[in-house]
Amino acid sequence: MPSLDDLRKRITSVKSTQKITKAMKMVAAAKLRKAQENAEKGRPYSEKMNNVILNLSKSITDKENAPKLLVGTGEEKVHLCIVLTADRGLCGGFNTNIIKKAKSYFEKIISENKTLKIITVGSKGYDQLKRQYKSYIVENISFKESKNINYFDADKVGKIIIEKFEKNEFDVCAIFYNKFKNVITQIPQEQQIVPLNEDKDVSGSDNDYEFEPDEDEILSNLLPKNISTQIFKAMLENSASEQGSRMTAMDNATRNAGELVDRLTIEYNRSRQAAITKELIEIISGAESL
Amino acid sequence: MSNLFNIDIVNPEQSFLSKDNVFEVVIPAVEGEIGILKDHIPIISFLKPGIIRVFSESEEQSFYVEDGIVEFKDNTLSVLTSSIFDLKNADKNFVSESISSAEAELSKDNIDDQKRFLLNHKVEVLKSISIN
Repeated sequence: MPSLDDLRKRITSVKSTQKITKAMKMVAAAKLRKAQENAEKGRPYSEKMNNVILNLSKSITDKENAPKLLVGTGEEKVHLCIVLTADRGLCGGFNTNIIKKAKSYFEKIISENKTLKIITVGSKGYDQLKRQYKSYIVENISFKESKNINYFDADKVGKIIIEKFEKNEFDVCAIFYNKFKNVITQIPQEQQIVPLNEDKDVSGSDNDYEFEPDEDEILSNLLPKNISTQIFKAMLENSASEQGSRMTAMDNATRNAGELVDRLTIEYNRSRQAAITKELIEIISGAESL
Repeated sequence: MSNLFNIDIVNPEQSFLSKDNVFEVVIPAVEGEIGILKDHIPIISFLKPGIIRVFSESEEQSFYVEDGIVEFKDNTLSVLTSSIFDLKNADKNFVSESISSAEAELSKDNIDDQKRFLLNHKVEVLKSISIN
């Protein structure tokens, strides 16, 4: 049984941990609000972009000569996976969930004897993947320096992808990130960005657009931008998810610490009382024996 | 009947401008400026560096854009751009920086004609801004 002193020390230590987790929760809550706002503000852009591309791809009749970014290279041998994670830990299952999702995809690719290439964005993902998939990781990008998520960073990633595509380094490209549903739920997502998945709803509007210059030129100009936009969207969703996940994790930690303090306090009081009782009995029995 | 339509200018970070009372917008499309009025036929085009002019009932606004895509459909003009600023709050330093970086790019040898044209144009527009 631990001594009274030990118990007291443990209680103080748990209490100070609780203070830290509580503070982290507050910070995450404040950041979450901002991240959520940003994610919402960023949505119209990617939605509009999607719309335009959808309308454009519908009007393309000559599928053979369509830009490769849209229809693919016709092969499916080399898969490039972009794994977007956070740069910091202590956010519950946030990073692990993305990695888990990505790993199951990796296994599928490897078992089908296709070539796998990985780009990790965010240091946590790299840390978790390097042990098992070191040889597949072609690039590791981290935006630790930039405080806020900005389009410029996303564009950098987008440019790397396009550069690799133009060098024929991959056929299919998928990104992994967490979609922010609400503070408690974040859904790990797998999204294919090259070639673009043809959307299911063919209905849409059948407006006849006038194009200036022609469709092909617009598309080849637009598709690279779309990749950056999709990555930017994923980054925004990810950052909101990260903060939400951290908030929930820290909330749980604070509550657990509270429970632990309660339990330890009871144990402390009990053993203190036991010591007092023991002393009393000793005094009484000593007095009786006189 | 009113001759007004909607305009939405969005950049990746946020919605930049949203108005429902404009009667004419002039956009710097790649193949020349286009003026858009109500009931224009649906059009998709992309932009070259230049100035978007938005004429609404009450005022006239001008924005500098570097690139972007425009879509006009159902009397709504959507402009997607990654770099835009209001001419009224143009940052002198930013403008002159952009000019010098564009000029530096121009002096390189390995650029193709199309890019050279765009850059030349960009410098021209930016210079005209900095004069005003």
